[in-house]
Amino acid sequence: MTVNKQTHHLTVYTPESAIRHPGKLLSEMFRDLFASRELAWRLFVRDFSARYRQSFLGYLWAFLPPIVGTFTFVLLNQSGILNVGDMSLPYPAYVMIGTLLWQVFADSVSSPIKTVTAAKSMLAKINFPREAILISGMLEVLFNFIIRLVLLVAIFIYYGIVPPVTAPLALIGVFAIFCLGFMIGVLLTPLGILYTDIGQALTMVLSFWMLFTPVVYTPPTSGLLAGLTFINPVSPLIVTTREWLAVGVASNFIPAFIVFLVTLVLLFGGWLLYRLAMPILVERMGG
Amino acid sequence: MSDEVLIKVDGVSKKFCRSLKKSLWYGVKDIAKEAFGLSSGHDRLRPEEFWAVNDVSFEVKRGECLGLIGRNGAGKTTLLKMLNGLIKPDKGRIEMRGRVGALIALGAGFNPILTGRENIYVNGSVLGLTKQEVGEKIEEIIDFAEIGDFIDSPVQNYSSGMQIRLGFAVASTLKPDVLILDEVLAVGDANFQSKCFQRIGKIVESAAVIFVSHYAYQIKKMCDRVILLDHGIMVEDGEAGKVLETYQNSQPLQIRESLILRGDDVREVAIENITTKVSTGEFLEFDLIISMEKKAQCAQSYLNLVDGADIVHAQVVIPDLERLIPYGHNRYHIKIGPLFLATGRYSGNFMLYGSGGKTTLAHLRHCFNFEFLGVPNLGPVYYPPSTVTPLRHQDKLSRKLLNE
Repeated sequence: MTVNKQTHHLTVYTPESAIRHPGKLLSEMFRDLFASRELAWRLFVRDFSARYRQSFLGYLWAFLPPIVGTFTFVLLNQSGILNVGDMSLPYPAYVMIGTLLWQVFADSVSSPIKTVTAAKSMLAKINFPREAILISGMLEVLFNFIIRLVLLVAIFIYYGIVPPVTAPLALIGVFAIFCLGFMIGVLLTPLGILYTDIGQALTMVLSFWMLFTPVVYTPPTSGLLAGLTFINPVSPLIVTTREWLAVGVASNFIPAFIVFLVTLVLLFGGWLLYRLAMPILVERMGG
Repeated sequence: MSDEVLIKVDGVSKKFCRSLKKSLWYGVKDIAKEAFGLSSGHDRLRPEEFWAVNDVSFEVKRGECLGLIGRNGAGKTTLLKMLNGLIKPDKGRIEMRGRVGALIALGAGFNPILTGRENIYVNGSVLGLTKQEVGEKIEEIIDFAEIGDFIDSPVQNYSSGMQIRLGFAVASTLKPDVLILDEVLAVGDANFQSKCFQRIGKIVESAAVIFVSHYAYQIKKMCDRVILLDHGIMVEDGEAGKVLETYQNSQPLQIRESLILRGDDVREVAIENITTKVSTGEFLEFDLIISMEKKAQCAQSYLNLVDGADIVHAQVVIPDLERLIPYGHNRYHIKIGPLFLATGRYSGNFMLYGSGGKTTLAHLRHCFNFEFLGVPNLGPVYYPPSTVTPLRHQDKLSRKLLNE
């Protein structure tokens, strides 16, 4: 029996930029994306199991931040310290939904740099589909969100809020927020791996960013905060998703839609940049 | 060996930057260039850059094993990283045919909190094995690694030896067309090491292998051809024995600063008239000159013979020197042997202790060098001779066997 060993997968490495052969690059990207699904799942399961195996409260930890956050703002509102303006929802529900959605955004922004930094030594020593690292981070953000939905259901039941017809559309909204956060995170990753300033600044920037997003209060109509909230791309997404979920209108749909489209394009750009940058990062990041 | 060329390296070069800050900044610029499709400037050295690999070319066919040797920093790991697709060359072209597997980082992806069994799946996945492939081989892997019941215990409980054996057991189930070995040929104790050699040997038969090692005996055992790298340049490419000899001869037995410590009562100490070349079974001789301010009792005296890496190949206790060393100028002729070392260059560390071993009369580090001609270095340090005499049939055992 002769085995035809002549037809083998040929891999070529040259100094040339991969962008010069866009067709080949694209097919490689999608091939790697597909090939990384099993590894991404396995890495996610690994990190998930490891995290909760050593903790007593286990998965409960996923619930605590939104509960604490909501409670804080409800308290501030009740005591009159915070003036939140008019809204068509009971305030605690408004805050809970806002916090949950904001969390999806914040987690998505931090995820790429976090997961790639943690995988530095693996990236520097073994050749595996690099997308797997990003996707395992995505899965973690998704999982955290799903767990927190329990809180959402609880709040709806408590306040007797019946989800309007538009509620299922909220899933698209969540997806859009997720993509936006991830896009920003991935675009920052190459620079963030080289210079640690980016990762450090990120937490700080995110907490500041929340102030001019309609997470726990409706935006004022004039002043600096109003201006910042207006140009903030996260705002329309959060407003639209919340309205779809609990109110049944879509006051900010057009801006949300535009943000979503731009996000998808830039997300692809971020993925491309990640791929092109990886060999250069491996050279210089050690590990 | 077939005619199928699986690894083709053509005029490959790679530059690195010495300074971290500049390196990061160059990284930013390189990423930008890559993103915009510009490829110029790769062949020039920017400030603080140097060629880690410089114009290397070779081919490896299926069934062939190519050795890669050189001092630390010669560019071997950099070259392997390029073959593995982790970094891009700055000049030249690399062609790899088939599935590429590397035994470089064992236990990649391991999480210490997970059990050995769980980590096998993670590590296998990182190396490119599907869940099904790992599932089929898992019993074999656990068996090979000799972990026993610990397999369901968190890896953080494992010794580093166990972790490495597990990593090796998983990585060696790969059946690649191209195999890259970076100094990991065998791990664990002697028994386990022979299992490793056996496994690797099987893979080598059907793959094109490139192997980096610092151990000459491993290279000789595995490789037909060897490439010698020096500061990134391919200095020699040829038959294993010849290139290894060039490499070993080029290692200068650095006459490092020989350190001389003298006790308070010692005016002067030196070594003279050393035999510079010694063969198997012969003696090393030298003169010890020691000048004393006042007489002192030497309680202990040792001579260590060390190689270029400061590994002790022999420790000689010199009881004849445990005597009263009189005031004034003294000269002793010392004869060490017969010696049964491996071929190589050695240096001597000489120590004399007084008052029950608590004070140092003299401590001389690297005080002399000599060349030993014996058996090639196969790893161990001592190579005693042997003789074999056929016995006549009239011994008890033979008579007993004949009568049965």
